[in-house]
Amino acid sequence: MTTSSPYIGASVKRLEDRRFLTGTGRYIDDVKLPDMAVMAIYRSPHAHARINSIDLAAARAVPGVIDAFCAADIDMDLPVIPLRLAPFDGFERFLQRPIAQDKVRFVGEPVAVVIASDRYIAEDALDLIEVDFAPLPAVTSVDQAASGETLIHEDAGENMGTRYTVGRGDTDDAFSDAPYTRRERFTTNRHGAVPMETRGLIAEFDPDAPLLRLYGATKVNFFNRRHLAAAFDLPEEAVELIETDVGGGFGARGELYPEDYLVPIASRRNGRPVKWIEDRRENLTATNHSRDIVCDLEIATSNDGKILGMRATVQGDMGAYVRTNGGVVASKAAQFLPGPYRVPSFSCDVQFLITNKTPVGTFRGPGRFEANFCRERLLDMVAADLNIDPAELRLRNLMEPAELPYRIGELVPGDVNATFDRGNYPSALNQLLDEVGYADWKDRQGEIIDGRAHGLGIACFIESSAAGPPETARVTVAPDGNIEIRTGASSVGQGTETGLAQICADYLAIDIDRINVLHGSTTLVPTGGGTFHSRNTVMAGNAVRMAAEALRTRSIELAALRWNTDAGGLEYRDGAVHRGDDPGSILSLAELAAFARSRGPDEALAADAAFDNEGKLSYSYGAHAALVAVDVATGVIEVKKYVLTEEIGRALNPAMVQGQAVGGLVQGLGGTFLDHMIYDEDGQLLTGSFADYLLPTSTELPEITAIALEESPSEFNPMGFKGAGEGGIVAVAAAVGNAVVHALNAHGIQINDLPITPNRLRAALRATGT
Amino acid sequence: MKPPKFDYFAPDSIESALTLIAEHGDDARYLAGGQSLVPMMNFRVAAPSALIDLNGIATLRGIKVDKNSRLHIGAMTRTREIEMDSTIASANPLLHAAAPHIAHIQIRNRGTIGGSLAHADPAAEMPGIVLACNAEINSIGPAGPRSIAAGDFFEGIYSTALQDGEMITEIVFPPWPAARCWAFQEISRREGDFAMIGIAAWFDLNETGEISAASLTAIGAGDTPLRLPAAEEILSGQPPGDVLFAEAAQAAVNELDPGSDLHASAEYRREVGGVLVERALKTALQREAPGYTA
Repeated sequence: MTTSSPYIGASVKRLEDRRFLTGTGRYIDDVKLPDMAVMAIYRSPHAHARINSIDLAAARAVPGVIDAFCAADIDMDLPVIPLRLAPFDGFERFLQRPIAQDKVRFVGEPVAVVIASDRYIAEDALDLIEVDFAPLPAVTSVDQAASGETLIHEDAGENMGTRYTVGRGDTDDAFSDAPYTRRERFTTNRHGAVPMETRGLIAEFDPDAPLLRLYGATKVNFFNRRHLAAAFDLPEEAVELIETDVGGGFGARGELYPEDYLVPIASRRNGRPVKWIEDRRENLTATNHSRDIVCDLEIATSNDGKILGMRATVQGDMGAYVRTNGGVVASKAAQFLPGPYRVPSFSCDVQFLITNKTPVGTFRGPGRFEANFCRERLLDMVAADLNIDPAELRLRNLMEPAELPYRIGELVPGDVNATFDRGNYPSALNQLLDEVGYADWKDRQGEIIDGRAHGLGIACFIESSAAGPPETARVTVAPDGNIEIRTGASSVGQGTETGLAQICADYLAIDIDRINVLHGSTTLVPTGGGTFHSRNTVMAGNAVRMAAEALRTRSIELAALRWNTDAGGLEYRDGAVHRGDDPGSILSLAELAAFARSRGPDEALAADAAFDNEGKLSYSYGAHAALVAVDVATGVIEVKKYVLTEEIGRALNPAMVQGQAVGGLVQGLGGTFLDHMIYDEDGQLLTGSFADYLLPTSTELPEITAIALEESPSEFNPMGFKGAGEGGIVAVAAAVGNAVVHALNAHGIQINDLPITPNRLRAALRATGT
Repeated sequence: MKPPKFDYFAPDSIESALTLIAEHGDDARYLAGGQSLVPMMNFRVAAPSALIDLNGIATLRGIKVDKNSRLHIGAMTRTREIEMDSTIASANPLLHAAAPHIAHIQIRNRGTIGGSLAHADPAAEMPGIVLACNAEINSIGPAGPRSIAAGDFFEGIYSTALQDGEMITEIVFPPWPAARCWAFQEISRREGDFAMIGIAAWFDLNETGEISAASLTAIGAGDTPLRLPAAEEILSGQPPGDVLFAEAAQAAVNELDPGSDLHASAEYRREVGGVLVERALKTALQREAPGYTA
């Protein structure tokens, strides 16, 4: 089918923005139900302790307190929070239940719950809860965890969540004969998504109906419904997950957490709706952390810098429990270590270590950000050692178009078919080099301008998108001719409504203002896949396309009935069906919708579709460059200019693609310089408020150029889309780290640890006598 | 992050504020801009039984220069007013230059000079500037009004010479000679964050070109803002210049004894404190002699 496309590929203004900008969005805290009570949670102040006793009497006695309970008061088998992704054998020993029973294992773990008429009273009551803890030694590093001296889950007999080795080719062979090898240890800082809007939930639980309605859901609502239904012994259709507007997800929001069980339990116990809004202090300990890995990476090359092999050990700090994201972070770090390069042999020992910290999960570019930092820093060291220009070294090793598609091997257990799809990696790097003026800069590394040392760093990346189950869409024409799209995909604020409306408007050849998009809630469509892994445009976008195409067909069928003619002589165009043998005869979508309804109560002008890419992932790739100025005497770094290229197959909405790239990049600058969950040796989180947990703000932004490339459309969906949500973040630490090292090339320092801070940089420089 | 219950009063005069604080005892607190106290209450680190809100007391606000060229700033004057005030730009350019470093505009719109001094965060700018300028802090309490020299005011982290029930009424800055050389430098993790280390510097030159008076103050370097007397002593009576400034910076490094925290080690603060002393002195001299190049 051909169609004109005034919307697809255009920077259509976001349909969502009117309500966001006028303060009429409906976030979870805007939802107020009659007779609603609020919930607050007593969280463990200890990283590791046995619970001897819990006394809730004083809390219950506070006027305005409706209920208080702990694990012992809950009259159901406490479910475990399920593994949704990367569910490796062994993890089943480390799953979390919604509330602590005999032990607490991280600061912030729920211990008791108060239900009250308002949050102030609830917090007054929390202050009166008395828990007798017997503190235990805290495990706060992967080395300490590996030693097994202190066991966090005694029944497991170890702190190793699981451990495996993956690889391809023969690394022993490659390294034994290699003329050049180098080994380095890298660490990436524990930090997290920290969305502007914290999590929040409202449960309405009527066990007699039965009905559990949970507001504040997002991301993977159908998966979550299935598991909540099982946990509460309800049929799936008795559980409704309702999506509201969302102020940022970035991977962390919308997973099943303890609160997704505790809020329904509270509602059921009290026979009234219960709301819980995560405050910022809770958010920093209760919502998944991420990124926390230690990576020993070794590389072997020929004398001219051709990579012969890489071998690595990746140790992921999992925190105290394995949550829904399973082993994604460390396993994806391992899988993406070789990156877009020709690496004939690779092996990696991957270890998942349990510690007394907040559990980890995914955060925008999980594993990729970490892997890119380690590999791209090491490549710059190789380039320096072998006296090869860093860009030249990369061009020598990037896979060429003729080498693609490339089966990367089983680098995550069970993922035997992972295949880089077609692309042109050198082209993405070369365009970056042109844009940033690399030829001018490569001989000016370390130049002092206005008292500051300047350096330009580059990094290449590849990352996957659009994994997971099929996505669904239903397109319906209302009596007034307006269109409603319903999808199982969620919106976390990224512009899903606009993107899907663009596709639908083009395929139905109508004005976009006629389209309304409803998303996420389990009440809208029978099933859905959800929103993660940069998949909405690929998965929901193609589902909407298919539904719109089916709707055109359905329109023609209905018109044929209405006109009592052969469908073959009818044509759909400009939002209506036209009769070929009578050019004046037109049936609009509104007329066809009315006709459909006139045929019976169950008739409608509507079409359903599900798009399944059968697990064939599209890989976005590209390159980043950072120009930094370093004040050597104070260690203060300014990123003056940042350029990135990202091949995304096809840009549905270039302005939104740009927004994704810039937003990702800024978040990446946070992870590179600022964001850091710091624990002391007792397992106390020292960065528990925004006074100490530092996020980038508008005053920290460099000049940014983000170039979306559309040279290599995906083969795995007819619209050619690849994910565009994570390419902006994944190579930031790599490019910036390389830039800082180049700026300071006179001083011979290396950057192997994140974040890069003035304090750390000065310590490194001081060690060289600078 | 909700505070426990407290009573709230909004008096419109100093007298009624004093009466209210006397009635409500030791657990009552004055409320100025609320930019530190209210978050502390939300974290339940502070739990006053009553807040006596000073925001409605008009006599506590205002900026004026008296006939002796002394700058008077009412305790409840907003940081943003200080930043934007053209009188202060000439009457105390050091204060004027430091103001934009204080947090962000939204916070400066609400935060007050008196509130910052009474809170006494050792990394905050206002305490450092009043100390650098030998300002006087006028207060009133149950024992009546008094004037406290900035050098006697700061006693420790979040701790001052203010007695129970005593409030700051105004801050009085000595006259600022038009030819004074000055500079303010600080390093923070992000724009608007508390200083990891900051230096306020000024000096005056006599007719023969020697430094006749000098002031060097560090913030973020200890339990209170700190003068650096050894470094000041090196400057005193000497003609300004790079060698002298480097000596002063070294003296500052030697006399600084900062602590470590999440954001900077003691070593960083000491070392960069010296760097900032040297840079501040050079910048200060450049203001005097535009042709000067370091």
